[in-house]
Amino acid sequence: MDIRETLRLSLTAIITNRLRSALTILGIVIGVTSVILLVALVTGLKSYITGQISGLGSNLIYVIPGKIGGGRGPGGVQVNRLIPADAKNLKLQLSNEAEVSAVVQKVTKLQYLNKSDKDVTLAGVESNYPKIIQSTKITEGRFFTLSDAEAGKRVVVIGPTVKKNLFDGSSVIGKAIEVNNLKYTIIGVLGPRGSTFGVDFDNSALIPLSAAQKQFGIDKLNTIYVSANSPDKVKEVQAKITKILSKRLSEDDFTVQTQEQTLSTIASITSVLTLALGGIAAISLIVGGIGVMNIMLVSVTERTKEIGLRKALGARPQDIRNQFLVEALTLSGLGGIIGIILGASLSLIANQFITTVIPLWSVGLSFGFSMLIGVIFGVAPAIRAAQLDPIQALRYE
Amino acid sequence: MSLVKLEHINKLYFLDSDLSFQALKDINVVIQKGEFVAIVGPSGSGKSTLMNIIGLLDQPSSGEYILDGLDISKLKENKLAQLRNKKIGFIFQSFNLLKRTKAIDNVALPLIYAGVGQSERLARAKKALEEVGLADKLNSLPNQLSGGQQQRVAIARALVTNPEILLADEPTGNLDSKTGEEILKLFKTLNKTGRTIILITHDHHIADNAKRKITLKDGEIS
Repeated sequence: MDIRETLRLSLTAIITNRLRSALTILGIVIGVTSVILLVALVTGLKSYITGQISGLGSNLIYVIPGKIGGGRGPGGVQVNRLIPADAKNLKLQLSNEAEVSAVVQKVTKLQYLNKSDKDVTLAGVESNYPKIIQSTKITEGRFFTLSDAEAGKRVVVIGPTVKKNLFDGSSVIGKAIEVNNLKYTIIGVLGPRGSTFGVDFDNSALIPLSAAQKQFGIDKLNTIYVSANSPDKVKEVQAKITKILSKRLSEDDFTVQTQEQTLSTIASITSVLTLALGGIAAISLIVGGIGVMNIMLVSVTERTKEIGLRKALGARPQDIRNQFLVEALTLSGLGGIIGIILGASLSLIANQFITTVIPLWSVGLSFGFSMLIGVIFGVAPAIRAAQLDPIQALRYE
Repeated sequence: MSLVKLEHINKLYFLDSDLSFQALKDINVVIQKGEFVAIVGPSGSGKSTLMNIIGLLDQPSSGEYILDGLDISKLKENKLAQLRNKKIGFIFQSFNLLKRTKAIDNVALPLIYAGVGQSERLARAKKALEEVGLADKLNSLPNQLSGGQQQRVAIARALVTNPEILLADEPTGNLDSKTGEEILKLFKTLNKTGRTIILITHDHHIADNAKRKITLKDGEIS
């Protein structure tokens, strides 16, 4: 008996017992769907974060106050000791190798006439900021220049969300917005960068560093961005930054981190997430497989007489074994396909709200896994069916 | 040449390590092609065991069984299955049709194991159903048919492979006497067209329909 006939027999049996088949498949469907969906979510998260970060520029090095990843537990409040003089120092000593830009920032309220926008990230940056943070795009107007900053002008470049919240589509260049009663003239609008987990990167505004220091009345820096002139200089520049800053600060006062280090941290976090979530989903696949075995065993018992009859009519043991094995495989394969379609559809729907990416390996893996489950849990019932004694089986009621 | 030749057939069942039961004792039977033979005996006489041996579902403990010139004691399970398919047509007391399966597909079932293609299967199944007078019931499900009709479907299934022997085990046991007679009449007709029929029954009246009677008692031919 060839494989086509076996397949036809199995399909007939599956269709004849529609409800039972559907219930059997359900376990596999849920398992595969959850594998596909969870992997798509984690992979999407990873690609989104990675995209956001590498959008900043691959030569980027951050200097931030305090110690991160030093192997200590959360050590309570740390005092920010990073000051503009440190940035100036770096600028002087790295002038041939890197671009340096200091940042202070605060979440505050912006106002235009009677409209206001709360929770805006207002950042004081230097005029070389767009050169360092490569994802900075100006869609209207211009960025401020060194002379704007040196002249102490109060100018601002606003993010698209701020524009949307404060203005109704009209031209915004030249208009003045207020921060704590100080007026800033809008000279440019930033392009959209998107949001993650409700944090809207576009609800921000950039002003010259000097103006921000006056505005906030602080002399500490939140970040110093350093962009190495070439990718192979990143490590060298990082070492130099540490050396330069160590003259004035202790090693617990600051952290120097490269883009690559940030990306590898994220990669290790998301791969743990993928494993954990994938593992949970895999458990449901195994449970589904046990469901298939259960049904197949019941089916063998229920169809004992049929098996005896088939043997009397000339079915060889392997014909019976193959029929039940193909039946289990078809059920789990069908469950796999439905699960993939369902998982992919749910991922696409989820993609409307957060980034999801369906990697091909998760489709292949979950389908392969469900087929494997069909084989593993189908073999025992199939062998049992094949070994039934036809005389006993025919007498079975 | 004889179709079925049984020589010194014994069948022992081991109930325990030192307790055995001899179901068949030194059975010698020869059945020629085209015969209509009844094997009669009360329950426990060993007639079912004999039928299982003739039908290749069981092997004798000792003795020789030559089926159509072939010594079956040397054959393996797969070869036996193939012979059952080609040479034996079983008819059971309880019909043994597949539920939720149309008459024509029930009849075509043994042809699947004979490796016959689908279109030829259906054509042959249709012909076999016509032969037993069910040309208008091709697509009926077993539960839509009367007992007699179901047994006709089962007979068509036995005929479809064109076997050497029709082996009927109490074929009228589940039918009323009138329907039973119709089935027996069908057997006679089939025998007239050259079919070899072996009928197993406990009822001597039914056995009288056959041309020859072999009476079994306590595992022996009497």
